[in-house]
Amino acid sequence: MSNWEILWSARDQFWSGFFSTMEIFGLSISAAFLIGCGMLYLLEGSRPRLTVPLRVVIDGMRMLPFLILAYLLYYGLPAFDIRLDAWWSGVGALAVYHGCYFAEIFRGTRLTFPPGQVEAAKAHGFTKGKMFFRLILPQIVMQTRPLLGNQLIYALKDTAFLVIITVQELTAAANSLSGTYFIPTEAFIVVIGFYWAVSVVMEIIIKQCGRFSAKRGFDNV
Amino acid sequence: MFEKNTSERVGAEQTVPDAARSEQAAVSIRHLSKSFDGVEVLRDVDLEVREGDVVTILGSSGSGKSTLLRCINWLEQPDRGSIHIGGQRIGVNDAGRPMPVRELARVRARTGMVFQSFNLWPHLNVLHNVTEAPIHVLGKSKTQAEAHARELLEKVGMSPKADAYPSTLSGGQKQRVAIARALAMQPEVMLFDEPTSALDPELVGEVLSVIRDLSAEGYTMVIVTHEMAFSRAVSDKVVFLDKGLIIEQADPETFFTNPSTERVRKFLEREES
Repeated sequence: MSNWEILWSARDQFWSGFFSTMEIFGLSISAAFLIGCGMLYLLEGSRPRLTVPLRVVIDGMRMLPFLILAYLLYYGLPAFDIRLDAWWSGVGALAVYHGCYFAEIFRGTRLTFPPGQVEAAKAHGFTKGKMFFRLILPQIVMQTRPLLGNQLIYALKDTAFLVIITVQELTAAANSLSGTYFIPTEAFIVVIGFYWAVSVVMEIIIKQCGRFSAKRGFDNV
Repeated sequence: MFEKNTSERVGAEQTVPDAARSEQAAVSIRHLSKSFDGVEVLRDVDLEVREGDVVTILGSSGSGKSTLLRCINWLEQPDRGSIHIGGQRIGVNDAGRPMPVRELARVRARTGMVFQSFNLWPHLNVLHNVTEAPIHVLGKSKTQAEAHARELLEKVGMSPKADAYPSTLSGGQKQRVAIARALAMQPEVMLFDEPTSALDPELVGEVLSVIRDLSAEGYTMVIVTHEMAFSRAVSDKVVFLDKGLIIEQADPETFFTNPSTERVRKFLEREES
Protein backbone atom coordinates (compact mmCIF):
# COMPACT_ATOMS: atom_id res chain seq x y z
CA MET A 1 0.00 0.00 0.00
CA SER A 2 1.33 3.42 -0.88
CA ASN A 3 1.35 6.18 1.71
CA TRP A 4 -1.60 7.88 0.02
CA GLU A 5 -3.59 4.67 0.08
CA ILE A 6 -2.95 4.35 3.78
CA LEU A 7 -4.32 7.86 4.30
CA TRP A 8 -7.33 7.11 2.10
CA SER A 9 -8.18 4.09 4.19
CA ALA A 10 -7.96 6.29 7.29
CA ARG A 11 -10.12 9.00 5.75
CA ASP A 12 -12.77 8.69 8.44
CA GLN A 13 -10.28 9.98 10.95
CA PHE A 14 -9.62 13.05 8.76
CA TRP A 15 -13.28 13.71 8.32
CA SER A 16 -14.06 13.51 11.98
CA GLY A 17 -11.10 15.80 12.71
CA PHE A 18 -12.30 18.17 10.03
CA PHE A 19 -15.85 18.32 11.37
CA SER A 20 -14.52 18.82 14.86
CA THR A 21 -12.39 21.72 13.63
CA MET A 22 -15.33 23.27 11.81
CA GLU A 23 -17.52 22.90 14.87
CA ILE A 24 -14.94 24.58 17.11
CA PHE A 25 -14.31 27.26 14.51
CA GLY A 26 -18.00 28.01 13.90
CA LEU A 27 -18.88 28.18 17.55
CA SER A 28 -15.88 30.20 18.63
CA ILE A 29 -16.01 32.81 15.88
CA SER A 30 -19.74 33.31 16.44
CA ALA A 31 -19.03 33.88 20.11
CA ALA A 32 -16.03 36.07 19.24
CA PHE A 33 -18.21 38.20 16.96
CA LEU A 34 -20.74 38.70 19.74
CA ILE A 35 -17.97 39.51 22.21
CA GLY A 36 -16.55 42.05 19.76
CA CYS A 37 -19.96 43.69 19.26
CA GLY A 38 -20.57 43.71 23.01
CA MET A 39 -17.23 45.36 23.70
CA LEU A 40 -17.84 47.96 21.00
CA TYR A 41 -21.19 48.76 22.61
CA LEU A 42 -19.60 49.13 26.03
CA LEU A 43 -16.95 51.41 24.53
CA GLU A 44 -19.64 53.76 23.17
CA GLY A 45 -19.08 57.04 25.07
CA SER A 46 -20.60 58.05 28.37
CA ARG A 47 -18.98 55.25 30.36
CA PRO A 48 -15.42 56.50 30.94
CA ARG A 49 -14.97 54.17 33.91
CA LEU A 50 -15.48 51.16 31.64
CA THR A 51 -13.40 52.40 28.75
CA VAL A 52 -9.97 52.13 30.34
CA PRO A 53 -10.34 48.60 31.76
CA LEU A 54 -11.82 47.41 28.46
CA ARG A 55 -8.98 48.86 26.46
CA VAL A 56 -6.53 47.16 28.82
CA VAL A 57 -8.27 43.80 28.35
CA ILE A 58 -8.39 44.18 24.57
CA ASP A 59 -4.77 45.22 24.26
CA GLY A 60 -3.65 42.63 26.80
CA MET A 61 -5.29 39.87 24.78
CA ARG A 62 -3.89 41.08 21.50
CA MET A 63 -0.38 41.06 22.91
CA LEU A 64 -0.70 37.53 24.27
CA PRO A 65 0.35 34.50 22.22
CA PHE A 66 -2.79 32.47 21.61
CA LEU A 67 -1.20 29.24 22.76
CA ILE A 68 -0.45 30.71 26.20
CA LEU A 69 -4.10 31.65 26.60
CA ALA A 70 -5.19 28.13 25.67
CA TYR A 71 -2.68 26.69 28.16
CA LEU A 72 -3.92 29.10 30.79
CA LEU A 73 -7.55 28.07 30.40
CA TYR A 74 -6.81 24.36 30.25
CA TYR A 75 -3.98 23.95 32.74
CA GLY A 76 -4.27 27.14 34.77
CA LEU A 77 -7.96 27.40 35.62
CA PRO A 78 -8.09 24.15 37.65
CA ALA A 79 -5.94 25.97 40.23
CA PHE A 80 -9.01 28.15 40.82
CA ASP A 81 -11.25 25.07 40.90
CA ILE A 82 -12.66 25.80 37.46
CA ARG A 83 -12.33 22.75 35.27
CA LEU A 84 -13.12 22.97 31.57
CA ASP A 85 -12.50 20.01 29.34
CA ALA A 86 -10.06 20.44 26.47
CA TRP A 87 -12.80 21.13 23.92
CA TRP A 88 -14.47 23.90 25.89
CA SER A 89 -11.12 25.37 26.93
CA GLY A 90 -10.23 25.58 23.25
CA VAL A 91 -13.52 27.14 22.20
CA GLY A 92 -13.39 29.57 25.11
CA ALA A 93 -9.81 30.62 24.39
CA LEU A 94 -10.54 31.18 20.68
CA ALA A 95 -13.73 33.11 21.43
CA VAL A 96 -12.15 35.48 23.94
CA TYR A 97 -8.93 35.95 22.00
CA HIS A 98 -10.52 36.68 18.65
CA GLY A 99 -13.36 38.55 20.32
CA CYS A 100 -10.78 41.08 21.45
CA TYR A 101 -9.40 41.32 17.92
CA PHE A 102 -12.90 41.84 16.55
CA ALA A 103 -13.45 44.54 19.17
CA GLU A 104 -10.25 46.29 18.14
CA ILE A 105 -11.18 46.13 14.46
CA PHE A 106 -14.64 47.55 15.20
CA ARG A 107 -13.22 50.22 17.48
CA GLY A 108 -10.83 51.47 14.85
CA THR A 109 -13.64 51.88 12.32
CA ARG A 110 -15.95 53.40 14.93
CA LEU A 111 -13.42 56.21 15.36
CA THR A 112 -13.96 57.28 11.77
CA PHE A 113 -17.75 56.95 11.91
CA PRO A 114 -19.28 60.25 10.76
CA PRO A 115 -20.50 62.11 13.88
CA GLY A 116 -23.19 63.75 11.75
CA GLN A 117 -25.02 60.44 11.42
CA VAL A 118 -25.08 60.07 15.19
CA GLU A 119 -26.44 63.61 15.50
CA ALA A 120 -29.11 62.86 12.92
CA ALA A 121 -30.11 59.79 14.93
CA LYS A 122 -30.29 61.80 18.15
CA ALA A 123 -32.29 64.53 16.42
CA HIS A 124 -34.75 61.86 15.31
CA GLY A 125 -35.28 60.71 18.87
CA PHE A 126 -33.04 57.65 18.89
CA THR A 127 -31.69 56.50 22.22
CA LYS A 128 -28.23 55.03 22.48
CA GLY A 129 -29.08 51.33 22.30
CA LYS A 130 -31.33 51.56 19.25
CA MET A 131 -28.93 53.91 17.54
CA PHE A 132 -26.11 51.44 18.10
CA PHE A 133 -27.90 48.35 16.87
CA ARG A 134 -29.86 49.92 14.01
CA LEU A 135 -27.45 52.49 12.63
CA ILE A 136 -23.89 52.17 13.92
CA LEU A 137 -23.26 48.42 14.16
CA PRO A 138 -24.60 47.42 10.72
CA GLN A 139 -22.39 50.01 9.05
CA ILE A 140 -19.33 49.11 11.10
CA VAL A 141 -19.73 45.44 10.22
CA MET A 142 -20.16 46.24 6.52
CA GLN A 143 -17.14 48.49 6.50
CA THR A 144 -14.84 46.14 8.38
CA ARG A 145 -15.82 43.14 6.25
CA PRO A 146 -12.39 42.64 4.61
CA LEU A 147 -10.64 42.86 7.98
CA LEU A 148 -13.13 40.47 9.53
CA GLY A 149 -12.50 38.01 6.70
CA ASN A 150 -8.82 38.18 7.42
CA GLN A 151 -9.46 37.64 11.12
CA LEU A 152 -11.60 34.57 10.37
CA ILE A 153 -8.64 33.01 8.58
CA TYR A 154 -6.43 33.70 11.58
CA ALA A 155 -9.02 32.11 13.84
CA LEU A 156 -9.23 29.04 11.60
CA LYS A 157 -5.47 28.59 11.73
CA ASP A 158 -5.44 29.10 15.50
CA THR A 159 -7.73 26.08 15.91
CA ALA A 160 -4.68 23.97 14.99
CA PHE A 161 -2.97 25.02 18.22
CA LEU A 162 -5.63 23.16 20.17
CA VAL A 163 -3.93 19.88 19.31
CA ILE A 164 -1.49 20.77 22.06
CA ILE A 165 -4.19 20.76 24.71
CA THR A 166 -5.40 17.40 23.31
CA VAL A 167 -8.45 18.57 21.37
CA GLN A 168 -9.25 15.97 18.71
CA GLU A 169 -9.41 18.22 15.69
CA LEU A 170 -8.00 18.16 12.17
CA THR A 171 -4.33 18.69 13.02
CA ALA A 172 -4.63 16.12 15.79
CA ALA A 173 -5.93 13.61 13.25
CA ALA A 174 -2.98 14.26 10.95
CA ASN A 175 -0.60 14.10 13.87
CA SER A 176 -1.90 10.75 14.99
CA LEU A 177 -1.89 9.27 11.48
CA SER A 178 1.63 10.45 10.78
CA GLY A 179 2.73 8.97 14.11
CA THR A 180 0.99 5.66 13.57
CA TYR A 181 2.19 5.06 10.01
CA PHE A 182 5.31 7.28 9.90
CA ILE A 183 4.05 9.29 6.92
CA PRO A 184 4.21 12.91 8.15
CA THR A 185 4.62 14.53 4.73
CA GLU A 186 1.50 13.14 3.14
CA ALA A 187 -0.60 13.47 6.29
CA PHE A 188 0.25 17.14 6.73
CA ILE A 189 -0.18 17.90 3.04
CA VAL A 190 -3.74 16.58 3.27
CA VAL A 191 -4.36 18.79 6.30
CA ILE A 192 -3.00 21.86 4.50
CA GLY A 193 -5.46 21.08 1.70
CA PHE A 194 -8.34 21.13 4.16
CA TYR A 195 -7.30 24.47 5.72
CA TRP A 196 -6.78 26.01 2.29
CA ALA A 197 -10.14 24.81 1.03
CA VAL A 198 -11.99 26.31 3.99
CA SER A 199 -10.08 29.59 3.70
CA VAL A 200 -10.81 29.87 -0.01
CA VAL A 201 -14.51 29.25 0.57
CA MET A 202 -14.53 31.95 3.27
CA GLU A 203 -12.79 34.40 0.95
CA ILE A 204 -15.40 33.78 -1.72
CA ILE A 205 -18.25 34.30 0.74
CA ILE A 206 -16.71 37.54 2.01
CA LYS A 207 -16.28 38.74 -1.59
CA GLN A 208 -19.92 37.99 -2.31
CA CYS A 209 -20.97 39.98 0.74
CA GLY A 210 -18.96 42.82 -0.80
CA ARG A 211 -21.58 43.25 -3.50
CA PHE A 212 -24.14 43.93 -0.81
CA SER A 213 -22.12 46.70 0.73
CA ALA A 214 -20.85 48.04 -2.59
CA LYS A 215 -24.45 48.72 -3.52
CA ARG A 216 -24.60 50.98 -0.49
CA GLY A 217 -21.45 52.78 -1.53
CA PHE A 218 -19.24 51.40 1.23
CA ASP A 219 -16.59 50.10 -1.09
CA ASN A 220 -15.94 49.42 -4.72
CA VAL A 221 -15.85 45.76 -5.51
CA MET B 1 -53.44 63.40 6.94
CA PHE B 2 -51.55 66.66 7.27
CA GLU B 3 -52.69 67.61 3.78
CA LYS B 4 -56.08 68.28 5.26
CA ASN B 5 -55.04 70.06 8.36
CA THR B 6 -52.41 72.15 6.60
CA SER B 7 -54.88 73.43 4.08
CA GLU B 8 -56.95 74.65 7.00
CA ARG B 9 -53.89 76.32 8.38
CA VAL B 10 -53.03 77.95 5.10
CA GLY B 11 -56.55 79.31 4.92
CA ALA B 12 -56.26 80.62 8.44
CA GLU B 13 -53.01 82.38 7.65
CA GLN B 14 -54.52 84.23 4.78
CA THR B 15 -57.61 85.55 6.55
CA VAL B 16 -56.72 85.97 10.20
CA PRO B 17 -54.57 88.97 11.08
CA ASP B 18 -51.29 88.28 12.83
CA ALA B 19 -52.33 89.46 16.26
CA ALA B 20 -55.26 87.08 16.43
CA ARG B 21 -53.19 84.00 15.69
CA SER B 22 -52.51 81.37 18.29
CA GLU B 23 -50.36 82.85 20.99
CA GLN B 24 -48.84 79.54 22.01
CA ALA B 25 -45.14 79.50 21.22
CA ALA B 26 -43.86 76.55 19.24
CA VAL B 27 -40.40 77.39 20.51
CA SER B 28 -39.64 79.71 23.35
CA ILE B 29 -36.04 80.54 24.20
CA ARG B 30 -35.19 82.53 27.33
CA HIS B 31 -31.87 83.97 28.47
CA LEU B 32 -29.87 81.40 26.54
CA SER B 33 -26.10 81.51 26.97
CA LYS B 34 -23.47 79.14 25.74
CA SER B 35 -19.71 79.25 25.55
CA PHE B 36 -17.12 76.94 24.06
CA ASP B 37 -13.77 76.94 25.87
CA GLY B 38 -14.41 80.30 27.43
CA VAL B 39 -15.58 81.92 24.19
CA GLU B 40 -19.15 83.10 24.48
CA VAL B 41 -21.08 82.03 21.40
CA LEU B 42 -24.55 82.89 22.64
CA ARG B 43 -25.25 85.73 25.05
CA ASP B 44 -28.58 85.97 26.79
CA VAL B 45 -30.62 85.13 23.71
CA ASP B 46 -34.41 85.44 23.81
CA LEU B 47 -36.44 84.17 20.90
CA GLU B 48 -40.06 83.27 20.41
CA VAL B 49 -41.29 81.21 17.47
CA ARG B 50 -45.05 81.13 17.15
CA GLU B 51 -46.92 78.20 15.73
CA GLY B 52 -46.98 78.37 11.95
CA ASP B 53 -44.23 80.95 11.78
CA VAL B 54 -41.13 80.74 9.65
CA VAL B 55 -38.17 82.33 11.36
CA THR B 56 -34.87 82.68 9.53
CA ILE B 57 -31.69 83.33 11.44
CA LEU B 58 -29.05 85.33 9.62
CA GLY B 59 -25.58 86.40 10.62
CA SER B 60 -22.01 86.06 9.49
CA SER B 61 -20.23 82.79 10.19
CA GLY B 62 -19.21 82.40 13.80
CA SER B 63 -22.11 84.55 14.96
CA GLY B 64 -23.62 81.62 16.86
CA LYS B 65 -26.62 80.96 14.63
CA SER B 66 -25.97 77.23 14.16
CA THR B 67 -25.28 76.85 17.87
CA LEU B 68 -28.58 78.54 18.66
CA LEU B 69 -30.42 76.15 16.35
CA ARG B 70 -28.61 73.13 17.77
CA CYS B 71 -29.51 74.15 21.30
CA ILE B 72 -33.21 73.98 20.40
CA ASN B 73 -33.05 70.18 20.12
CA TRP B 74 -30.28 69.88 22.71
CA LEU B 75 -27.56 68.74 20.32
CA GLU B 76 -25.66 71.48 22.14
CA GLN B 77 -26.35 72.01 25.79
CA PRO B 78 -26.64 75.65 26.77
CA ASP B 79 -24.86 76.88 29.90
CA ARG B 80 -27.75 79.01 31.06
CA GLY B 81 -31.31 79.72 30.08
CA SER B 82 -34.26 77.63 29.03
CA ILE B 83 -35.88 76.32 25.88
CA HIS B 84 -39.48 75.20 25.67
CA ILE B 85 -40.86 73.27 22.73
CA GLY B 86 -44.64 73.43 22.53
CA GLY B 87 -44.68 74.37 26.20
CA GLN B 88 -42.40 71.55 27.33
CA ARG B 89 -38.94 72.33 28.58
CA ILE B 90 -36.15 70.41 26.85
CA GLY B 91 -33.06 69.03 28.53
CA VAL B 92 -34.05 69.80 32.10
CA ASN B 93 -36.86 68.09 33.98
CA ASP B 94 -39.29 69.59 36.47
CA ALA B 95 -36.91 69.00 39.33
CA GLY B 96 -34.29 71.09 37.55
CA ARG B 97 -32.01 68.15 36.80
CA PRO B 98 -30.72 66.89 33.46
CA MET B 99 -33.46 65.02 31.68
CA PRO B 100 -33.25 61.21 31.53
CA VAL B 101 -32.16 60.14 28.04
CA ARG B 102 -35.47 58.57 27.11
CA GLU B 103 -37.43 61.65 28.04
CA LEU B 104 -34.92 63.84 26.22
CA ALA B 105 -35.29 61.65 23.13
CA ARG B 106 -39.07 62.09 23.27
CA VAL B 107 -38.87 65.87 23.48
CA ARG B 108 -36.26 65.93 20.73
CA ALA B 109 -38.56 63.95 18.49
CA ARG B 110 -41.02 66.86 18.65
CA THR B 111 -38.54 68.74 16.47
CA GLY B 112 -37.25 67.71 13.06
CA MET B 113 -33.78 68.67 11.98
CA VAL B 114 -32.21 69.04 8.55
CA PHE B 115 -28.44 69.31 8.52
CA GLN B 116 -26.03 71.13 6.27
CA SER B 117 -24.30 67.84 5.40
CA PHE B 118 -27.54 65.78 5.02
CA ASN B 119 -26.39 63.00 7.37
CA LEU B 120 -28.47 60.30 5.73
CA TRP B 121 -27.81 56.77 6.91
CA PRO B 122 -25.92 55.23 3.97
CA HIS B 123 -26.72 51.57 4.70
CA LEU B 124 -30.45 52.21 4.30
CA ASN B 125 -32.18 53.04 1.05
CA VAL B 126 -34.17 56.23 0.64
CA LEU B 127 -37.46 54.72 1.78
CA HIS B 128 -35.90 53.10 4.84
CA ASN B 129 -34.07 56.29 5.77
CA VAL B 130 -37.50 57.88 6.02
CA THR B 131 -39.22 55.00 7.84
CA GLU B 132 -36.38 54.15 10.24
CA ALA B 133 -37.22 56.60 13.03
CA PRO B 134 -41.02 56.37 12.75
CA ILE B 135 -40.80 52.58 13.12
CA HIS B 136 -38.06 52.32 15.72
CA VAL B 137 -38.64 55.51 17.69
CA LEU B 138 -42.36 56.19 17.38
CA GLY B 139 -43.28 52.51 17.17
CA LYS B 140 -45.34 52.85 13.99
CA SER B 141 -46.17 49.76 12.00
CA LYS B 142 -44.10 49.11 8.91
CA THR B 143 -47.03 49.48 6.50
CA GLN B 144 -48.18 52.71 8.12
CA ALA B 145 -44.67 54.16 8.14
CA GLU B 146 -44.05 53.20 4.52
CA ALA B 147 -47.31 54.66 3.30
CA HIS B 148 -46.52 57.92 5.07
CA ALA B 149 -42.93 57.86 3.78
CA ARG B 150 -44.09 57.45 0.18
CA GLU B 151 -46.42 60.43 0.59
CA LEU B 152 -43.55 62.53 1.90
CA LEU B 153 -41.15 61.39 -0.82
CA GLU B 154 -43.81 62.40 -3.34
CA LYS B 155 -44.03 65.79 -1.68
CA VAL B 156 -40.28 66.38 -1.97
CA GLY B 157 -40.18 64.91 -5.46
CA MET B 158 -38.10 61.88 -4.55
CA SER B 159 -40.59 59.05 -5.14
CA PRO B 160 -38.73 57.64 -8.15
CA LYS B 161 -35.65 57.19 -5.97
CA ALA B 162 -37.34 55.35 -3.09
CA ASP B 163 -35.21 52.24 -3.60
CA ALA B 164 -31.93 54.04 -4.29
CA TYR B 165 -29.12 54.25 -1.78
CA PRO B 166 -27.89 57.67 -0.59
CA SER B 167 -24.47 57.27 -2.21
CA THR B 168 -26.12 57.36 -5.64
CA LEU B 169 -27.94 60.66 -5.06
CA SER B 170 -26.91 64.24 -5.76
CA GLY B 171 -26.59 66.68 -2.87
CA GLY B 172 -29.93 68.28 -3.64
CA GLN B 173 -31.62 64.90 -3.75
CA LYS B 174 -30.00 63.87 -0.48
CA GLN B 175 -31.22 67.02 1.19
CA ARG B 176 -34.75 66.49 -0.07
CA VAL B 177 -34.70 62.97 1.36
CA ALA B 178 -33.37 64.38 4.63
CA ILE B 179 -36.31 66.79 4.71
CA ALA B 180 -38.76 63.92 4.14
CA ARG B 181 -37.00 61.95 6.87
CA ALA B 182 -37.45 64.78 9.35
CA LEU B 183 -41.08 65.35 8.33
CA ALA B 184 -41.84 61.67 8.86
CA MET B 185 -41.58 62.20 12.61
CA GLN B 186 -44.45 64.69 12.33
CA PRO B 187 -42.50 67.28 14.25
CA GLU B 188 -44.10 70.41 15.67
CA VAL B 189 -41.20 72.49 14.45
CA MET B 190 -38.66 71.96 11.70
CA LEU B 191 -35.08 73.13 12.22
CA PHE B 192 -32.90 73.74 9.16
CA ASP B 193 -29.18 74.20 9.72
CA GLU B 194 -27.84 75.86 6.56
CA PRO B 195 -29.67 73.36 4.37
CA THR B 196 -28.20 74.60 1.10
CA SER B 197 -24.67 75.57 2.13
CA ALA B 198 -23.14 72.25 1.06
CA LEU B 199 -24.84 72.20 -2.33
CA ASP B 200 -23.62 73.07 -5.79
CA PRO B 201 -25.19 76.37 -6.81
CA GLU B 202 -27.44 74.76 -9.41
CA LEU B 203 -28.90 72.39 -6.80
CA VAL B 204 -29.81 75.06 -4.26
CA GLY B 205 -33.09 75.93 -5.96
CA GLU B 206 -34.70 72.49 -5.71
CA VAL B 207 -34.15 72.37 -1.95
CA LEU B 208 -35.32 75.93 -1.34
CA SER B 209 -38.45 75.31 -3.34
CA VAL B 210 -39.31 72.30 -1.13
CA ILE B 211 -38.84 74.43 1.98
CA ARG B 212 -40.94 77.18 0.44
CA ASP B 213 -43.74 74.66 -0.18
CA LEU B 214 -43.59 73.63 3.45
CA SER B 215 -43.90 77.21 4.59
CA ALA B 216 -46.96 77.61 2.39
CA GLU B 217 -48.46 74.58 4.10
CA GLY B 218 -48.10 76.26 7.45
CA TYR B 219 -45.20 74.33 8.96
CA THR B 220 -43.41 76.00 11.84
CA MET B 221 -39.78 76.36 10.84
CA VAL B 222 -36.56 77.84 12.12
CA ILE B 223 -34.01 78.21 9.33
CA VAL B 224 -30.39 79.18 9.56
CA THR B 225 -29.36 80.32 6.09
CA HIS B 226 -27.19 82.54 3.96
CA GLU B 227 -29.79 82.83 1.20
CA MET B 228 -31.03 86.41 1.53
CA ALA B 229 -33.67 86.38 -1.22
CA PHE B 230 -35.06 83.14 0.16
CA SER B 231 -35.14 84.49 3.69
CA ARG B 232 -36.99 87.55 2.54
CA ALA B 233 -39.55 85.55 0.58
CA VAL B 234 -40.28 82.87 3.11
CA SER B 235 -39.93 84.43 6.58
CA ASP B 236 -42.47 85.77 9.01
CA LYS B 237 -39.59 86.98 11.11
CA VAL B 238 -35.92 87.52 10.44
CA VAL B 239 -33.45 87.33 13.29
CA PHE B 240 -29.92 88.69 13.03
CA LEU B 241 -27.22 87.35 15.28
CA ASP B 242 -23.93 89.10 15.82
CA LYS B 243 -21.29 87.72 18.18
CA GLY B 244 -23.87 85.71 20.04
CA LEU B 245 -26.35 88.55 20.47
CA ILE B 246 -29.64 89.03 18.68
CA ILE B 247 -29.18 92.58 17.50
CA GLU B 248 -32.21 92.76 15.26
CA GLN B 249 -35.45 90.90 14.80
CA ALA B 250 -38.10 92.16 12.45
CA ASP B 251 -40.49 91.20 9.72
CA PRO B 252 -38.65 90.64 6.43
CA GLU B 253 -39.79 93.87 4.80
CA THR B 254 -38.50 96.00 7.63
CA PHE B 255 -35.38 93.93 8.03
CA PHE B 256 -34.30 94.08 4.42
CA THR B 257 -35.44 97.59 3.53
CA ASN B 258 -35.10 99.53 6.72
CA PRO B 259 -32.88 97.79 9.28
CA SER B 260 -32.44 99.68 12.52
CA THR B 261 -28.79 98.84 13.14
CA GLU B 262 -25.69 99.86 11.27
CA ARG B 263 -24.35 96.31 11.59
CA VAL B 264 -27.27 94.81 9.66
CA ARG B 265 -27.12 97.55 7.06
CA LYS B 266 -23.46 96.74 6.43
CA PHE B 267 -24.18 93.02 6.33
CA LEU B 268 -26.92 93.50 3.73
CA GLU B 269 -24.75 95.81 1.64
CA ARG B 270 -21.99 93.24 1.57
CA GLU B 271 -24.44 90.51 0.55
CA GLU B 272 -25.72 92.62 -2.32
CA SER B 273 -22.34 93.44 -3.75
